[in-house]
Amino acid sequence: MSAAPAIEVENLVREFKKGPRAVDGIDLAVEPGEIYGFLGPNGAGKSTTVLMLTTLLPPTSGRASVGGYDIVRDGAHVRASIGAALQEAALDVILTGREHLMLQGTLQGIPRADRARRAQELLDRVGLSEAADRRVGGYSGGMKRRLDLALALVHEPRILFLDEPTTGLDLQSRTALWAEVDRLAHEDGITVFLTTQYLEEADALADRVGIIDHGRIVAEDTPENLKAEIGHPTVEVRPADVSLGEGFASALEGFGKQVRGEDGSIAVQLPGGEAQLAEVVRALDAAGLHVASLHLHQPSLDDVFLAKTGRKLEGSSEEAEEPVEAPSGRGRRGRRRG
Amino acid sequence: MRRFASVTQGVAWRSIHNTIKTPSVLVPSILFPLFFLAAFAGGLSKIAQVPSFHYRAGYTAFQFVFVFLQSSAFGGVFTGFAVARDFDSGFARRLLLSAPNRGGIIAGYTIGAALRWLLTGTVVTIAALIAGMNVDGSGIQLIGLLGIGLVVNLVAALWAIGTAMFLRTEQAGAVIQMPVFVIVFLAPIYVPLNLLTGWIHAVAKYNPATVVLEAGRGLFDASPVKVALAFIVLAAGAAVMAAWARRGLASAERAG
Amino acid sequence: MASGLSEPHLLEQVGAVARRSVIRTIRQRGLLVFPILFPLILFAINGSALSAATRIPGFPPVSYRAFLLAVPFMQGALFVAVTAGVDLARDIESGFFNRLAMTPVRASAMLAGQMGGPLLVAAIQSVIYLLVGIATGVGIASGVGGALVLLVLSVLIAFGFAGVGTLLALRFGSGEAVQAMFPLLFVTLFLSSSSLPRNLLKVSWFHFVATYNPASYLIEGIRSLVISGWDARALALGFGFAVAILVLTIGLSSLAMKNRLQRS
Repeated sequence: MSAAPAIEVENLVREFKKGPRAVDGIDLAVEPGEIYGFLGPNGAGKSTTVLMLTTLLPPTSGRASVGGYDIVRDGAHVRASIGAALQEAALDVILTGREHLMLQGTLQGIPRADRARRAQELLDRVGLSEAADRRVGGYSGGMKRRLDLALALVHEPRILFLDEPTTGLDLQSRTALWAEVDRLAHEDGITVFLTTQYLEEADALADRVGIIDHGRIVAEDTPENLKAEIGHPTVEVRPADVSLGEGFASALEGFGKQVRGEDGSIAVQLPGGEAQLAEVVRALDAAGLHVASLHLHQPSLDDVFLAKTGRKLEGSSEEAEEPVEAPSGRGRRGRRRG
Repeated sequence: MRRFASVTQGVAWRSIHNTIKTPSVLVPSILFPLFFLAAFAGGLSKIAQVPSFHYRAGYTAFQFVFVFLQSSAFGGVFTGFAVARDFDSGFARRLLLSAPNRGGIIAGYTIGAALRWLLTGTVVTIAALIAGMNVDGSGIQLIGLLGIGLVVNLVAALWAIGTAMFLRTEQAGAVIQMPVFVIVFLAPIYVPLNLLTGWIHAVAKYNPATVVLEAGRGLFDASPVKVALAFIVLAAGAAVMAAWARRGLASAERAG
Repeated sequence: MASGLSEPHLLEQVGAVARRSVIRTIRQRGLLVFPILFPLILFAINGSALSAATRIPGFPPVSYRAFLLAVPFMQGALFVAVTAGVDLARDIESGFFNRLAMTPVRASAMLAGQMGGPLLVAAIQSVIYLLVGIATGVGIASGVGGALVLLVLSVLIAFGFAGVGTLLALRFGSGEAVQAMFPLLFVTLFLSSSSLPRNLLKVSWFHFVATYNPASYLIEGIRSLVISGWDARALALGFGFAVAILVLTIGLSSLAMKNRLQRS
């Protein structure tokens, strides 16, 4: 008999007073010990989902359970079972890293005798031992994120929510954080619910990926299966003269599905595989069309998103002004959430 | 000259436009003088019973002149806050890059300050008249008071703009307003100079704000005193602060 | 979750949050200078500039400085209100509030603990104002005991005002909104018996406002200890209003805190 899901969501909805549904009826289940990647552009509903699952924002309708506890009825038990590193690092720049951990430990109910040891353990684990007694105001972005992760782990939760944990980090910091998240899940057995707008992050880390757009899950499976569903490589053609776009579309009609990019490029699937690339070139040549560039893509999660929504995920500036509400139901100024 | 005028006009227009679009920014600069008028004229009116207090127009008018000129000074100070905010947001850099005559930037800000203060001053005057204030000065004398107010506003605005340009951050607020606050409050604001005693009398006696305040009060109750001296003091202040603002601008230009 | 974890005792939660508040205050000492200095500057200026007021018939037979000494305590309390409010608002804006909300911390512990730093400041500045007053020649008519009672009343007032700042922060979630309220609170002080005794407020509407302004009774409570000695009525009204303000603001803040936490 399989264990109950660590996170189970059924038709979860969140509406805001003056705006569209930020989360529009999502269903998902995350198995214990799994890394679930929640992928989508800015404004898709990712962070709103996390806020609901971490009990900081009540849902409008639907139900969800985290760690076996209902998020509405058993909020205190949910919070005791989870750790969360939300979109902002949310640290006090005046306190040191160690002081943060001691405060968190006290509030989480760690016995006094164990607090200092636990704090040191976590500082060692995230590589902040040397900086432990410096004020957080002097930390780099990567250090702040690592401290954020350490704080989420103080009370040894079985489920961890990470909301865009590597946004704004340099490559080195990002890679280090990935390694730690992977270790947490696959060595310590912690369930990780990770939201991200970075394809490579979802690809690299997630056991399964849910793609969310406009508050709905448009696709869900392992990264490999999602890409295999698309199946075919895609060639992206950028005309030398963008005004001749129609001509290009016409010349490429005999191949697979076409999608026009906002920059005038045309992406066309190659049902016959990479071998059809030469035929594409011949067709364009025969039509007397000159290309500025030609790129062959193997299927990526961006292509999956493109196939499901008609838009690219990367560079997609989601203009939906999702009014973000702080947990009290009041808007937090000016910050758009995914 | 044309470039100077066009930059001045552009910056002044933006200043007024922003005020019209967000009228709430005017609220503190209008409310504060009204509260001071209410508190001082209302709460301290018994001061008029002190022997040797002589002001023909009455204590409300006595306080009105102070509040009128204080609102002018702080109107200039608030302009400095706006300039500091422009640096914090990066807009000031855009202005410096695009203005063919950068002196016009300073002039534009000061004109904006003056126009905003004229509105504030009008509201304060109406409120004081409604409160039953006596007006003894003639038309010319009242225009003289208005002239003093405009130059006070100019001096304060130039100080604030220069300081904001030197510091280029909203944190400059305290640095901008404290000296103005101290100068204003070390003048005979509650009672005439002859009724001050102790150290404050010594300080107020040499405070340039005292001359300005006394001149304004004299114009208002038709007993003008030291008016020429007040204007000389203000002209000197304006010249010094214009140089200060220019140096602030140069500092901002060097910083890029 | 690790075994051995239990919900921490309320006092332990209060202590942890308060400790952070105090650490923040101590590490930002420079920010205390202006709030402590500004009331003293006004005290120096007004104490001298308004000294002629002692010549108004009916003015108490004391120096104007002695009469005025109560006011810095009130102005200091206002700064405490703003500091408490801005600190909490910043936590809300930065998301640190959410971090604490994810723990088992109780709303009451959050509220009480946040006051730690502001109350420390209130205590320090009250002592400073008192010492400056004495150093400038003001005698405390109620003696050493009265000075201690004065300090207690001052801190109590500051506590109540800190509740105002906290309430504004919880209601608006914005440091700017808290700071924008400060001038209005500051001006409320003027519309009281801060500058002249109530019986010498000639203008009828002003007298009316001052009579119904709780700030008048807070000031008069402190003032009585300085210029009158032990005035039971003034003290009763002063402490009464201080406690009433405290109960009201802390009560409303508790509701606002629970609302903002809005956890299931």
